Amino acid sequence: MNNTDLVKQSLQKRYLKERMFKAMGFISIATAILFLLILLTDIIGKALPAFTQTNIALEVKLSADDLGINANSSESEIRNADYRKVIREALSRLFPEVTSRKDKRELYTLTSMGAEFQLRDAIMDNPQLIDTTQRIEFLADDDVAAVVKGAIDRNLPESDRRVKNQKLAWIESLETKGQINSTFNWQFFSNGDSREPEMAGIKGAILGSFFTLLVTLALSFPIAVAAAIYLEEFAPKNRFIDFIEININNLAAVPSIVFGLLGLAVFINFFNMPRSAPVVGGIVLSLMTLPTIIIASRSAIKAVPPSLREAALGLGASKMQSVFHHVLPAALPGILTGTIIGMAQALGETAPLLMIGMVAFIVDIPQTLVEPSTVLPIQVFLWADSPERGFLEKTSAAILVLLFFLVAMNAIAIYLRKKFEKKW
Amino acid sequence: MKISALLFLVLLFAAFSYFMARQKITTAYRQHKSSHKILTLPKYFGYVAALCALLPALVVLLFLQMVEEPYINSEIATYISSEHIDANQNLDLYLNEIKSADTPEKVAALSEEKQLVYQRYHEIEQTTATTISVVVLAISILLTIGALKKININTPARKVFEKIIEGILLLAASIAIMTTVGIVFSVLFESTRFFGEVPILSFMFGTEWSPQTAIRADQVGSSAAFGAVPLFVGTMLISFIALLVSVPLGLMSAIYLSEYASRSIRSIAKPVLEILAGIPTVVYGFFAALTVAPFIRGLGESIGLSVASESALAAGLVMGIMIIPFVSSLSDDVLSAVPQSLREGSLGLGATRSETIIKVLIPAALPGIVGGVLLAASRAIGETMIVVMAAGLAANLTVNPLEAVTTVTVQIVTLLTGDQEFDSAKTLAAFALGLMLFVTTLVLNVIALHVVRKYREQYE
Repeated sequence: MNNTDLVKQSLQKRYLKERMFKAMGFISIATAILFLLILLTDIIGKALPAFTQTNIALEVKLSADDLGINANSSESEIRNADYRKVIREALSRLFPEVTSRKDKRELYTLTSMGAEFQLRDAIMDNPQLIDTTQRIEFLADDDVAAVVKGAIDRNLPESDRRVKNQKLAWIESLETKGQINSTFNWQFFSNGDSREPEMAGIKGAILGSFFTLLVTLALSFPIAVAAAIYLEEFAPKNRFIDFIEININNLAAVPSIVFGLLGLAVFINFFNMPRSAPVVGGIVLSLMTLPTIIIASRSAIKAVPPSLREAALGLGASKMQSVFHHVLPAALPGILTGTIIGMAQALGETAPLLMIGMVAFIVDIPQTLVEPSTVLPIQVFLWADSPERGFLEKTSAAILVLLFFLVAMNAIAIYLRKKFEKKW
Repeated sequence: MKISALLFLVLLFAAFSYFMARQKITTAYRQHKSSHKILTLPKYFGYVAALCALLPALVVLLFLQMVEEPYINSEIATYISSEHIDANQNLDLYLNEIKSADTPEKVAALSEEKQLVYQRYHEIEQTTATTISVVVLAISILLTIGALKKININTPARKVFEKIIEGILLLAASIAIMTTVGIVFSVLFESTRFFGEVPILSFMFGTEWSPQTAIRADQVGSSAAFGAVPLFVGTMLISFIALLVSVPLGLMSAIYLSEYASRSIRSIAKPVLEILAGIPTVVYGFFAALTVAPFIRGLGESIGLSVASESALAAGLVMGIMIIPFVSSLSDDVLSAVPQSLREGSLGLGATRSETIIKVLIPAALPGIVGGVLLAASRAIGETMIVVMAAGLAANLTVNPLEAVTTVTVQIVTLLTGDQEFDSAKTLAAFALGLMLFVTTLVLNVIALHVVRKYREQYE
């Protein structure tokens, strides 16, 4: 048998190996894609119920005697009136058969803790409502919402079900009377955080993220561009510059939580800056994103052809003028793309902000850079930790909002790159 | 005077001196029209004058701002002790209470003694604020006047201006150094305080970790133990699982994409990998804790294994998926750096593609791949949110991936979130763990970057 035959004999085996190897590569990619699909469908599936809000329509008698106020009462009197009682009465009227103390207490949990504030706000807007009977749609409690949305299976045996038979019967009776309806959950976008899942919203977290990113952008963009210009255009070749470069490369790979430790020890303990404030979060995140933006800006500056610089210098521009008047504008699209990607990274970052105390439970929507606030990813973290079932859908919905912002930012970056990219 | 108003005034001076200097030079140029060549544009004289008004004043302002609070605090402390007021509690808390009284009602609610301190506090605050304003404004005005007097046509204004700008650029570049120094010092400083209380050897080699100090002395487990070995083992276990997932998948993805995939597959797969890389870690953590961990638990129970609900496997698996894009893009870089001639030589000798890849490309790219794996390992060790949400809190010394383990980053987060005094061994321990984390990842990164660079040079 000669060599050719030997080779021919082994060919089939070798081709099989080749195909298997190729298949392994394909499977690897497919695994990654499959995982992404599972992740997204899982989260979207869990998030969708959060965008509907369940209401219970109740006939409330707003008698002046019960509330202890009348149309001429002062604002603070109206604010402090007892609205809970009226709502409870409305519920009792619907289910007159409920008499025992324990059952009544259970009955009153049909509406959310926020219902009384809803009523208060309605009356404060329009004091004429006093002494009338109104049909008002009150926010339902999260357990009721879970039953209505099907998150709690009504067919489970009572012992395994969070909502017991008695309550379930009330809910079903309300449903048949048409007193339960669902609307789009605008509150999710207009409320701050809350202990009650049905009232919790992400406006506070969105604004906190916005303020934090504002600080990050204001600090990291100018510093990173300046550093990149210096390192690409002016830096002499010496040990100090080498040391800077090593530092930048290393910082890019330092775990983000270490930046949080830096923020805690230096900015909060040493400089006494306010805890949980967007300004500290912004500073920490800007230190963290600096390497990313510097590296991106450097490659954008490097991509500008030397002929441009030489032409400027040849016409009598100084080095500084050639850089600021010609190189920088040409590199700007690349720099901006890198900056947006760095900002997206900062938006999704959680760990360093945990360290500087942005995990606190904050109801108020932040108005300034120094107020305690939280950010979107931390809101996700906080809600994911909450035991109430209603927070599960809120968590997923907050993740969707976070992903939406990330996708939008990356889309802008891609658009910029496509639109302004020049092949020199 | 408020800081914003002060800044505004200083900026106003800067603008003023810019116009004055420019005006002065423009007039001077006109007078010397025939005899003097214009070498520098008038605006550069303006820039220099403006920077004179601005920069020193800002630097001084920044410095004064930093020392303002400690100064006020120490002044009040002296006042309190001189008036023999019994602060009877922590001085910081006492001062905080006084400072937080920002409305008349809150002031009225303070005790009489505290109101005295409050008044004194306001006096001191007022005087320091006025002093700062006066000093900063004086510097700004004096330097403006000086600059305007000194500037003439022969001043090399553009060169001076460009030197200053270059200095600012250099300063921006050195922030990287300052950050590193800041990290090293903050972590090292707190760690030495920790090692003052807990011997370093028992920290590094102790096998029991229970940082909770009991409130009562007679409680069970009243003394805290800071043996970090279970954390190190847990971290390594989860990172190892993550690497076990990400290295083969990432490497094979990179090979498939660069050597086999058609254009259409690449146009789908590349963005997918980028999306995977861009998903925030907190999302992965949520997914690991609420979907993957119960799934693995159920799977394990169906074949008769007992799986902890916070198993190392779930966290490691999801972390591995998260690192795939990282490994794949690094491998892609090193594979494409292998010279084309090697590929063609092998194919020309009759090897199949897979033979070329396994026997030529991978050995040639091995140092680069090893570097990439080291970087991925450092990424896995430092990853926080996935393990915080999906791994356990209790320190078990085990290498069984089905049990719950805890990691260094998880412990840093649990030790530092919540309200604690900053001086307890418990919080300081977090910094010691941070030091370990920083040193480990630093060493891995330095080795990896060195290996990758050496490898690149080999083919250049």
